[in-house]
Amino acid sequence: MDMIHKAGAGHPGGSLSAIDLIVGLYGTQLNVDSNNPDSNERDRFIMSKGHASPAVYAILKEHDFLHQSDLDGFRSLGSVCQGHVDMKWTNGVDFSAGSLGMGLSFGIGTAFAAKMDSLDFQTWVMLGDGETQEGQIWEAFMAASYHNLDNLHVIIDRNRIQNDDFVNVQMEIGDIASKVEAFGWSVKEIDGHDMEAIVEALQWSMDTPGPSAIVAHTVKGKGVSFMEDNPSFHGKAPNDAELKMAMEELV
Amino acid sequence: MSAPSTGGASRDGYGAALLNLADDPRVVVIEADLGKSTKSCLFRELYPERTISLGIAEQNMVLVAAGLASCGKVPFASTFAIFTERAFEQVRNGLARPGLVAHICGSHGGIHTGTDGSSAQSIEDLALYRTIPGMTVMHPSDDLSATKLTKELLNHPNPSYTRTARNKTPRIYDENTVNSIQIGKGSVLKEGNDVAIIAIGVMVHKALEAAENLRSDGINATVVDMHTIKPLDTVLLDQLANSVSGIVTVEDHSIIGGLGSAVSEYLSENNPTKIRKIGVEDRFGESGGTEELLSLVGLTVESIETAARAML
Repeated sequence: MDMIHKAGAGHPGGSLSAIDLIVGLYGTQLNVDSNNPDSNERDRFIMSKGHASPAVYAILKEHDFLHQSDLDGFRSLGSVCQGHVDMKWTNGVDFSAGSLGMGLSFGIGTAFAAKMDSLDFQTWVMLGDGETQEGQIWEAFMAASYHNLDNLHVIIDRNRIQNDDFVNVQMEIGDIASKVEAFGWSVKEIDGHDMEAIVEALQWSMDTPGPSAIVAHTVKGKGVSFMEDNPSFHGKAPNDAELKMAMEELV
Repeated sequence: MSAPSTGGASRDGYGAALLNLADDPRVVVIEADLGKSTKSCLFRELYPERTISLGIAEQNMVLVAAGLASCGKVPFASTFAIFTERAFEQVRNGLARPGLVAHICGSHGGIHTGTDGSSAQSIEDLALYRTIPGMTVMHPSDDLSATKLTKELLNHPNPSYTRTARNKTPRIYDENTVNSIQIGKGSVLKEGNDVAIIAIGVMVHKALEAAENLRSDGINATVVDMHTIKPLDTVLLDQLANSVSGIVTVEDHSIIGGLGSAVSEYLSENNPTKIRKIGVEDRFGESGGTEELLSLVGLTVESIETAARAML
């Protein structure tokens, strides 16, 4: 929240809806090491909804890939914390996002590379629900099950809001779980803010043969009353007063 | 010059190169259905475990290539030139922007493609990819040079786009002369002090034929195969600008943004020279035989000669 306020721009809503899932993933599954960030054997986390970069930078700081001073530079000229997550700029980031719909395809590439090199690393891809309106996502869902990429895992942040308005106003995606299932994936739906459910679902995904997806029902702007379920905080920074209120509610 | 038509089309050269590169385990071939057309099928047949079929889904293909590249693979992805354009933004944002190195090959480039008609005749691909920072853009003139240039991509530090042609054209090189070809260095095929003809792809042999005809009139033309349009061989351009009275560029590509534009952009600022651009004017193609279509849009030996004479 502080990062976005300092930068005067950013995406608080989609960062807060995703953060519990990210914490669960880094805390229980993701095998990464800030002392060896480029190891080809590390697990990959592909944040396809790249505007949730503040959530990624926050977790990377917790795992010693970034320092507070890096976070303070968010969105400023020359900062390693670019507006959207970018592998070229940031230690610990595995994908350059910002243009929606591409991350799952990239994850297919890393999952294939693991298989070709007989490596055990896993690829986790986080998608936004609005993002599944992109056709490329479905090209990728189809390809991953066809090639039986059991080392590929998807988490869909189903926060029901996109840039302009609610998803069901812009282009309803409907029963996303059934759709992904119809593309040959195993799917589990959870409350994306229930940590016990998150941890359990992540392990379920590891134990499930073939590619598997978790549809996490979340609340955009989770934890900040005036941001929760409010489309106007998709891509808007809080002002001074809003930051103060938000921090009081979150901390 | 009328070289014997013993070779294949440049797409055959691409397929041959992939086989040649197979010894390197990093090489992965990716297809979006058209492997029989782009000739990546040759690799698939022998190395199915390193060939990934993604169906008719070019956007997915480009990002799968990027993901593989991020893990140290050297992916070669191909489809028709025109269909790579569907994934232009993926090439820009997903591949080149993060600095990943994968190689895209677009076959069936240009009006030359023929009877399939305008939907298959990419005449803007070179212009598009040239705008992407760090992207290498090539269009070889025959099968042998396509093989040599594709083989050079194995340890190339940048992502690339290579356009190949569907149809056979006369060989420009032989097994020996092709070895001197390098990415980023224009190949001088013939030297003359009156005018320079810089051509690319399927138009190179027509440029050579035009130069032969001009010589019988006492006009000496330099002919260059500028197989790499980015990075452009500006050292060679300066040499030419300093030694001839004008330059004719020739390409089976839109007059907007391709070889002629690249040459003009450099020389107009650095070494002003008379230039005449021969290419597809601002129009689409249509169905027809290859030579019929080239004549229709003015990509002929005669038009090259006429433009060259006007330089004197």
